[in-house]
Parts: sequence; structure tokens; C-alpha cells
Amino acid sequence: MRYESPQTVEAAAALLAGEEGLARVLAGGTDLLVQMRSGMVEPDLIVDVKNIPSMTSIVEENGGYRIGAAVPSAEMNEHKGLCALWPGVMEGADLIGSTQVQGRATMIGNLCNCGPAADSVPGMVAANAIATIVGPNGRRDVPVIDIPVAPGKSTLTKGELVESVFLPARPKRAGDAYLRFIPRTEMDIAVVGVGVSLELDGDGVCTHARVGLGAVAIKVLLVEDAAKALIGTKVDDAALEKVAAATSAACKPIDDKRGTIEFRTKVAGVLATRAAKIALERANARASNGGEK
Amino acid sequence: MSGIHVSTKINGDAVEYVCDVEETLLDVLRDKLGMTGSKEGCASGDCGACSVTVDGRLTCSCLMLGAEAQGREIGTIEGIAKGTELHPVQQKILDNAALQCGVCTPGFVVAAKALLEKKPDPTETEVRYWLAGNLCRCTGYDKIIRAVMDAAAEMRGN
Amino acid sequence: MARNPDADNAPVKKEIESPTSKYDAEKASSFKVVGSRPARPDGMDKVTGRARFGADMVMPGQLVGLILRSPHPHAVIKSIDSSEAEALSGVKAVVTRDDFAPNDDHADVLYNIMAREKALYEGHAVAAVAATSRPVARKALKLIKIDYDILPHVTDVDEAMSPNAPVLHDDIITKGVNPAPTKPSNVVARSEFGHGDIDAGFAQADEIIERSFKTAATHQGYIEPHACVANVGADGMSELWCCTQGHFHVRQVCASLLGIDVSRLRVTASEIGGGFGGKTTVFIEPVALALSRKAGRPVKIAMTRDEVFKASGPTASSSMNVKIGVTKDGRITAGYGEFRYQGGAFAGAPADFGAMSAFACYALDNVKTEAYDVVTNRPKGAAYRAPGAPMSVYAVESVVDELAARIGMDPIDLRLKNAAKEGARSSYGPKFGSCGLVETLEAAKAHPHYSASLGPNQGRGIASGFWFNFGGETCSNLNINADGTVTIAVGTPDIGGSRASMCIMAAEELGIPYDKVRAIVADTSALGYNDTTEGSRVTFSSGMAVIKASQQAVTEMCKRAAMMWDIPAEAVTWEDGCAKPSGPNAGDFEPLSLAEIAATAGKTGGPIAGHHEYNADGAGVSFGTHIVDTEVDPETGKVDIIRYTVIQDAGKAIHPDYVEGQFQGGAAQGIGWALNEEYIYGDDGKLQNAGFLDYRMPVASDLPMIDTVIVEVPNPGHPYGVRGVGETGIVPPLAAIANGVSAAAGVRMTELPMSPPRVLKAIDDAKVAAE
Repeated sequence: MRYESPQTVEAAAALLAGEEGLARVLAGGTDLLVQMRSGMVEPDLIVDVKNIPSMTSIVEENGGYRIGAAVPSAEMNEHKGLCALWPGVMEGADLIGSTQVQGRATMIGNLCNCGPAADSVPGMVAANAIATIVGPNGRRDVPVIDIPVAPGKSTLTKGELVESVFLPARPKRAGDAYLRFIPRTEMDIAVVGVGVSLELDGDGVCTHARVGLGAVAIKVLLVEDAAKALIGTKVDDAALEKVAAATSAACKPIDDKRGTIEFRTKVAGVLATRAAKIALERANARASNGGEK
Repeated sequence: MSGIHVSTKINGDAVEYVCDVEETLLDVLRDKLGMTGSKEGCASGDCGACSVTVDGRLTCSCLMLGAEAQGREIGTIEGIAKGTELHPVQQKILDNAALQCGVCTPGFVVAAKALLEKKPDPTETEVRYWLAGNLCRCTGYDKIIRAVMDAAAEMRGN
Repeated sequence: MARNPDADNAPVKKEIESPTSKYDAEKASSFKVVGSRPARPDGMDKVTGRARFGADMVMPGQLVGLILRSPHPHAVIKSIDSSEAEALSGVKAVVTRDDFAPNDDHADVLYNIMAREKALYEGHAVAAVAATSRPVARKALKLIKIDYDILPHVTDVDEAMSPNAPVLHDDIITKGVNPAPTKPSNVVARSEFGHGDIDAGFAQADEIIERSFKTAATHQGYIEPHACVANVGADGMSELWCCTQGHFHVRQVCASLLGIDVSRLRVTASEIGGGFGGKTTVFIEPVALALSRKAGRPVKIAMTRDEVFKASGPTASSSMNVKIGVTKDGRITAGYGEFRYQGGAFAGAPADFGAMSAFACYALDNVKTEAYDVVTNRPKGAAYRAPGAPMSVYAVESVVDELAARIGMDPIDLRLKNAAKEGARSSYGPKFGSCGLVETLEAAKAHPHYSASLGPNQGRGIASGFWFNFGGETCSNLNINADGTVTIAVGTPDIGGSRASMCIMAAEELGIPYDKVRAIVADTSALGYNDTTEGSRVTFSSGMAVIKASQQAVTEMCKRAAMMWDIPAEAVTWEDGCAKPSGPNAGDFEPLSLAEIAATAGKTGGPIAGHHEYNADGAGVSFGTHIVDTEVDPETGKVDIIRYTVIQDAGKAIHPDYVEGQFQGGAAQGIGWALNEEYIYGDDGKLQNAGFLDYRMPVASDLPMIDTVIVEVPNPGHPYGVRGVGETGIVPPLAAIANGVSAAAGVRMTELPMSPPRVLKAIDDAKVAAE
């Protein structure tokens, strides 16, 4: 087993591409180290990306933010601008594990681990976050929704790694929220997770919506029918009822130690309406705040 | 398996060691450096008994490779009391009988100290959520939470 | 009492009428140190990280020991080939079943620590290696080849009792059934308790409720995994360092399994990072000793958390039926319960304790309980805080709650009307001595919590509970040091602050300040045999031994003072830490303090010490009543604990902080058991949640503050009135919470844990049924 700590993302990609055995990127390490300890994976090469400047910084870009892949969740959640612009995405990341885990875990590690229950992903999907991937053939931008395929499986090819994620600028009256269901108050993996992002016009009519749904299929889903149920409405009770139905209908869950099919399907709808209400409140609050970050 | 040479700082002291890639910082602290105050309760980041700070940020030493400590500043339970003078969190844990078996106590001390440095006047709910990653099976948390709130008050000068 | 299935402690050793000692009311009326809350002697080490727990010991030349475990829940082990592992560089020893001779005294323990003809559960130890490093040891485990013949398995208690179930042991023929079965089964034993005529009792009832209940297996969940370091010398002289609740028991079992004299094995109890009954037996210790003997070097074994869940003792899961009849005015006319517990792959599920304690809170004319101890392909159960009682009491207290609602009576009033009290015959046999159930119920009724208003979707539950408590074999030493300080050696590992209580009792008896006394847990070579820290026995039994040892030292100090004054010893009394002349002919002398007597002890006859050895009896039962407010989210089934109050009889709280701590800890564990904790098995017979992540113990943000009320009805069998308090606290919560959740959700919950999917389904099913 080798450990490398390159200084540039290109060098990291070259190391990953050049390894004949199993290579793993080490960002926060909160998944990788547990997998190694349990004997689930035995990498031949570990590439620590925490010494790469472009991967450890949060940069403002076109009114949005670019977040490096090795930025821990605790650091993101201390960033006032990010928390004001995309509070739902931030709360998704903030729900991963304990305070201790927050000090290490990264949102992009959460994404690339490809767990269907990854807390930060439904919010990013709802936000239509764009991941920048670097590999042997250079850079490419890909919507976050297109990265996970199945548990532990992504669309990244050999030698590729995600360098950063971009969260775009938002209009004045916009808000997002993420809610998950867990049996305790903390420390569990999501049984269902729903991220909702809304944009409203001056009359409070929803003009744009995206709903991301986690832990109910082999990967995080984008629920277009739930978004359609919101667009053109004032996010009233009738619309929310449709959102619940559409979200529940999109579920393709399994029975496992964390929840039943029946439970997940029902609670997905409940959480979608609750998250939509919070997103609505945030959009209105932000608008009355003059769209300030 | 070739060793990795690491230069780091632990509780303010320069420390060098050679570790294997798969060794965690917790393994290094306990097995290589004889610093057994950090405990292994789960090795998966679920119990917080191995809590340390890395460049001032609270983390689980079981979730970090020993190799990653290169150039960082690590703080452990062994560095919290200054000689015989306990940190207020330690003293209040003693005063409140906020421990029974005591195996989780070092992790709670490290985590609570990190909280109070960031947030000197936390609510009970904030203390509970901050410490949600520190499992205690003996106390039901009641006395621990009281101890942290007492320590916060004392540190604020109340 | 927390009982080892492999220990021979009968639940009630003697009649309550013959306690070892008697309550000293005069002494108790003028306590100076007892009841105070000083800092514990080991506290400084524990807040600074200096305290050494099981895994913190290092011996020179120490090797790493790892255990290979069966991936199958039930399989014949046809062969084990460890030759490749043994040949690996750095491997110093491999042990398997062939390294342990058969042992009639501890057959099940032996089978459990190293599988013999079969692997009986996923995680069952099948081989172990000692190597120079962990990576080498890990590699060696992979090189051990085991040929398994996989057998069908069973993990559910009711399925295990069915005639078609796979049978684990050919030699289990159900005991307690007449006529005796002719074929082996998984039912180890049936036992029955009670008195009166339940049929006649039910005939008198106006209302009868009968229900079935299930509870999942839970783990003690101590934060410190089992760990030990063993060192066997070439001459067989051995030392063992381990985290255990009972190092004398560890010594006895290990010496027997290793075939060595007890005197050749010295066991030191490390600081212990929680036990709750789970560290009353051995798992890794004999294996480490066997590896060390073979390797000729010290060997450390520390379990991983995964191993703790898969291979150390959870408690039983249960399936139960309870039927209770009551008159309209609230008199319970009859109670019946059948309690089926599985305790893993070996005999010893605490079904008998469950059956005995189920109705213990009630003085009944007609009561009958039946218990079934059943084996399944799960890890061998170990004691867990009041073993067996929380489940059976959950079932009984749920039905009592429902009956109270049925007849429109306050649930505390119904309990008060039928409460067990002094002189009443208990449902398990003996008559109760002085006890405090009524006092806890009255305190509950008077508590502001009980009359506080509730919000929407909230429900209040109450329940009472009971535990026997235990005394047992005990031996303590006390030394008066030349500088006037005192050192106590006890043989019961301190799991929750008991050293502080020992110091308090010695200081009280000697009349000196608390900080002049220091207590240690002595190793097995330094003290006579002590039963394990279990059964809520330490403050009672070791405490009484310390009191008696103090009294012996006082007698000796009076003798020395008499010698110094040249008066008869009878003319000296002990008061406020000093010898004083007393009586008409004693003469006029200035009192001699303990320190003054100690300073000249060399000239008056040598060192001054006290000791006491006995088999403690008269432990005194402890009752408790809990009040809990729960809130249920009707859309998700999630339960929040809003408010919690524990009221329990402590007899006398020696160090109230640690009594409160026991109450709070018991309640918190009960909350976990009631709401989310469970052993989840797949169809493959494998444990699916062998980690803290999915086992879901309560975290700090899950719980409110837990209020406590210490009721003190003195135990007549202890000079200070002490009753054990450690276990009763986990008995009421399951029922109290179930009653609260049932009230909040509007539907009776009959299965634990009340995890959100289960609660939501119950709510939805009830809605459908109502429509």
C-alpha cells in the first residue's frame, strides 16, 4: 500500500491513472478509512488530495461558489456566503455524521462514495450543482446527478477525480432545503432524504423547482414530477399534496435494516412537503431581505 | 509495506514517527507514542472516544491516517490540563460526577473544549448536538451536559 | 442480580429473614460523610486520560492476538488447517479447539470461546493467532483454512421452539417438563413460579386483558471493547490484565480452561469502560493465555466493535403472553405470564429471572408464570442489567396500564392498590421484607411531572419495576497507614464510582475525613475470593465488608490506645476519629487520634489493619417507578422523549451523585431498548447491524435531562440501610415508554423496539381498522 500527497490535481489524476492496482482518493477519509478498517477495500494506492490548493478552497465565481473537493463540511458551514445562498445544500452536508466527522467529511467525497443515502447529494441535485472532473484527458463539467450510478459505482473513469463542485447564483426570491428521516436525532444514515430548490416570481408563483430524493433507489433521484407539481403554483396545500404523491411515486426502495419499502415511500412524500415549505419560507425571507446573501 | 516518515506537532511538541499507510492517527498515538488517553471504541467515527483536534478542528483520530498528520498540529486529551491545573471542562466533569466508567470521558473533554472555544455561550440543545458524536453508555448524558454548561459559565466569568 | 449463566449463583440464596447484618438506625441518624458528594478518587486520572483501561496496557515483547470467526451461523467444522499461517514470518502461535482440553466444569464457556465440533453463530471463534504486528496477524488469519459443512440455522425464539427447527445441541433435553422429552430440542428448560389458583382468580375478574409481546435482543453497549494482555511464563506462572467485572471469576474459569492451578494465575482488573453485566464472563482471556503459553510472549487481544456485537453477550430476545384480571374497583385478581427467551447458542437465557420478576411489583393471591430458556444461532448471551426483568415487566406493566384505562382508574392508584409491600408474598416465592414500592408510587403521584400538561401528539407513561439485588462472597482489607491515612483494598472492580463509596463508608466508620482514605481494586493474588461486580452488590457487599473491616481496625486502635494509656481496652471508646477513655475507672487522658495511634503503631504491636470476609446476605430488593412524556410524529412514527423522571428506592444513598447516575443511566439504556436498539438478523442468519452506526444507541441530542428522586427506605440487612441501585433503573423504562407512546399514538404498542417504521405502521393500521 502506497500513500501519495500530490500538490496539483493533474498530478493526482496522473497517479490515479498510473496505478495498476486499486487506487483510492483520500479527501475527508470518513468513508475510506472505515472501509479499509473493516477489510472491505484494500487499496494499493491512496492519493491524499488535501494538499492541493484548488481542492481545499471555496471561491466565489459568477455570483455562485466553487467548492473544492477536499473542503470539509464544517468549513463550508462556517462560510456565511454559502450558507446564505444555498442553505439547503449546506444543511445536507452538515447532517453527515458527528461534529468530529464534520471536521473531515467532504461533500464531494459523499458524492463520489455513491451511497444512495448520501445526505449532501439530494440538495446538490436540487441545486443542479455542477461537478468539475479532472482526468487524463483534461477537465469536464458534469451535473452532479450524473455521477452516481449505484452504490459504490460512479461514471468517473480510470484516472478521473472530482476537483470541485459549482453551486450557481440564484435569483432574489429563491430558497432551498434538505430534510432527511433518521430514527435518532443524529448519527444515523438517512432512511429517506429530500432536497427541494424553488424560485418564485414577484407574485410568489413558483417558476422553477427541482426535487432531489435520496435513500429510496440505487442512486439519488431527480423527481421531475414533484417539480412540475410546484411550478406555476404558490406552493399551496394542493400543490404540496401533489408533491407528496409524486415523490412517493418516484420511490423504488428496498426493505432493509434501516426501513421498510412502505415506510420509505410514505415518509418520502411527508418530507418533500415539509422541505418544500421550508424552501418557500427561505425564498420569501431572502426576498424580503433584498436577496442578500 | 514501507514506512512513512511523519513530522508533526502534538500538544505543542514536535514529534516524529514512522508509520504504515493503513495505520490511523489513533493507532499511532496509542501504539507508537504511548498516548493511550484517546480510546478506540468503534474505529468508525461513531463513538467519539478518540476525539482529537487537527489544526484546531475537532475530529476522530480513527478517521485519519497517521500519514495525514504531516505538518499539522494535533491536540489530544493529554495536552488539555496544564500540569496539575485542570481545564474547566475537566474540573466541572469531576465536580458534577459526570462520569461513571470514564472511558468516554477523554473524548467528551476534547469535544466540549472545542465547542466552548468556538461557542462560549451554547444552549443546552447546542451542547447536546455538538456532542452527539460522543457516545456515553453510563450516564444518560444528564450530568455531562450540566458539566459542560457549568464550564461554559465559568469560562465566561459568570 | 446479574448472573453468569456459567456461575452457580442461585437467584435468592437465603431467606430475607436472615441477613448478615442489621440496620443501625442510631448510626444512620447522625451520618457525617455518608450522603455527601465528594470527587471520586479515580476522577483525575479519568478526565486527563491517564486511567488505564483494558487496551491501554503494554507488556514488554507483547504480540498482537487476533481471532478468526465463523462467517456461518451454523456449520460443522470438518477440519482446520493452520499450517500456512504458522509458517508465515512473524506468526508466533496459532491456537484452535485442539489447544483446549475438554472441560466439564465450564463446557459451554469453553465451547463459546473456541468452537469445537460446530460453529454455532456468525462470529463464533474458530482459531486465533499471535503475531508481531497487526498486519501480519491479519494476513495469518486469511491463511487459516477451515472446511465447513453448512447447516440450517434459526435465530428467532418462537421458530427455535417449533418441532421442525434445526437443533443446535444433541444433548439438550428440556428440563422441567414431565414426562421428560425423548428427543433433543432447542428448549433448555421450562420453569414455573407463583402461587394461588389463577383460574379462580380470573373467574373473579370484571375485566381481563390478554396480550402477546415481543422484544428484540439488545447489547450492553459499553464503549470499551473487551481487551486483555496475557503473559504466561515458561514455568506456568501467569498474569492476566483485563477489563472485567469480576477478575476472581476470570481467574477461576481461565485456570480451569488452561488446566493450571488458580495460584499460578494472577489477574489484575484494569479500569473498566462499562460492562452492565456484559463483562461478567470470559471471551478472549483464555484465548490470549493459550496463545501466550504457546508463543512464550505476552499477547494482547482487543476486540473490534464488530466483534463485540457479534461475539460478546447481548441479552435475550423475548416472546411473551400476559393475561391479567382485575375487578372494577381495581383489585388484581390473577396474573399469568409465559415468557419465552432465547439467549443465543448456549443455555442460560434469563427467562427464569423474567418470570420471577414479572409480577414482583404486585401482592397477588393468584399468580403463575412460566419460563422457557431457548437456544438459537446467536452469540451466547451475557447478563445485561437486571437480566430478564425489563422484558417481562414491559409485558406486565403494559397490560396493567391498559387495564387501568379500561376501568377508568389512575394507573398509579391501580398500582398502589395492589402494590407489593412488607410481609406480602412475592410472586417468586419469599415474603418481602421492608421495601419501598409504595413510597416510589406516592412520590411519583406527588411529583410535578405527573400533573404537568401535555401537548398535541404527546402521551405520558408510567411503570414500576423491581430487582432482587444480591450479596455474595466478599472480602476486603483496610490498612491504617503510619501517617494517619487509610488504604482500602476491595475485590470488586469499580464500574461506576464505587471506590468513592467505599472511601465514604470507611471515613464514616473511622471518623476521619474522606480525603484521608483511598480505595483500590486489588488483584486476585492480594485478596480472598470476591464475587463479580454484578447484582447491584458492590456498595452493599463490599461496602459492608469495608464497614466491618473499619470496625475491626477501630477495635485494634482502641486496644493500642489502652496500651499507651495503660488502662483496660474495655475502658476505651472510639468517637470522632479518636480513642477516648470512657467509664468510671478509665482515667483522664487526652483523646488519641487515628493519626497519633498510627504513628506509634510500630511500638504498640506493629501495623494496624482490618479485614472482613463473608458471604453477604440480606441485599434488600429495590423498586422504582418511572414517568415519561413522549411525543409521536403521526406522519413518520418518530418518537421523542420529552421529559423523564426516575423515582427509586436506594435504601440509603452513600454518594447521591452516583446513585442518580445509576438511575439516569438505567433510564437511558431503557430508552434505547424501547425505541431503536435491536439485533437485526437477515435471512442468512447473519447480524446486519454489528456497529454503533446501525445499532442506534441514544446520543446526547436524543435525550432530555433525566430527573431523579431518591427514595430512602432503609434496607434492614445493611448497617447503613444500603440497597443496590444499579439494575432496577432499567426495568421500568420499556413499559413506561411503551405506555407513553401507546397513549400518544392512540394504539397499543406490543413489540420493541418502537422504531419509526413499526410505530407508523401501527398508527396507519389502526386508522384502517377504524374506518
